Amino acid sequence: MEIEKIDQIIDKHNGEASNLLQIMLELQSSNNWLPKEVLKRVSERLDVPLTRIQHIATFYKAFSLVPKGRHKVHICVGTACHVRGASRILDTVEEATGIKPGETDMEMKFSVETVNCLGCCALGPVMEIDGKTHGKMSPAQTASVLKNYE
Amino acid sequence: MSDIEFEIDGKKVTADKGMTVLEVARKEGIYIPTLCHHEKLEPFGACRVCIVEVESRGSTRLVVSCVYPAEKNIIVRTRSPKVDRIRKTIVELLMAHAPDAPQLLEMAAVYGAVPNRYEKDPSFCIHCGLCVRYCAEVAKKHALGFVDRGVHKEISFIPEIAAKECHACKACFPLCPTSYLQAVFVLTEALSFPDPAKTK
Repeated sequence: MEIEKIDQIIDKHNGEASNLLQIMLELQSSNNWLPKEVLKRVSERLDVPLTRIQHIATFYKAFSLVPKGRHKVHICVGTACHVRGASRILDTVEEATGIKPGETDMEMKFSVETVNCLGCCALGPVMEIDGKTHGKMSPAQTASVLKNYE
Repeated sequence: MSDIEFEIDGKKVTADKGMTVLEVARKEGIYIPTLCHHEKLEPFGACRVCIVEVESRGSTRLVVSCVYPAEKNIIVRTRSPKVDRIRKTIVELLMAHAPDAPQLLEMAAVYGAVPNRYEKDPSFCIHCGLCVRYCAEVAKKHALGFVDRGVHKEISFIPEIAAKECHACKACFPLCPTSYLQAVFVLTEALSFPDPAKTK
């Protein structure tokens, strides 16, 4: 991430330490993850210790300290989806992408996460890719949906 | 300006505004056990062993004395069957993480805590925050901090800062009740800024 881009986001929030969280969220969404250099720059500009930024970045799940893939796959493993066969969906996704929950593949194509409820239990088992909900999935459907992403 | 009068263990005590119950007790020579308290640092309320019973307007409740502000006309009990029982459990829970910490062993003897009551989960850190807070508040180096949360919370050095500052300071080392801090430092050092004299 270029230093100008980081500074631009920081300046947008007047370089105030009280806007740290907003700045971090914006950096996260524009870069998809938070490299150490970015956090160091934020620390210098806002005069906030790096330990504090590190604490925040590891506290919230919205932040990632490792690169993420182009597509974010969320598999619901909540109770309703679980009894409707979420584990088979997860197995299919693991097989198709070659990665486990919390990981990102070599081509940076997919990042897989498990979540505990997406709030649409009637559609279970549910898989969400980049915010789009795929409900009532079967293993066969799951594999074909994943093929649509590049 | 001693304007707050109250009672600790039957003794009349006075406090200035803003003092905590623990501070008042210390001033009066009344002992309350602590782990995460340090004179030079802001109260943190992490370890909970300084828990006491406070009676005000007829009702009794348990409060953490290191963060509880002194209040007029309250009655504080630092040892009562209830306080002792709770403190015993707290010590037992902490011992699941750090079974051999000297301060915990001492407290276990006093309160009759059973070291193996809870399943062992030796993370060795009891999250007292002494090292983190000392580095931030007194040393002002911010060389280490907490990362993650809940059961995954742990202390972590920033290698770049630690490499520059820690060798000359190490003031946090004697503060750690479990010696876990030293272990983390040695690990960080070995991984990111090995001492050339040691690695031949």
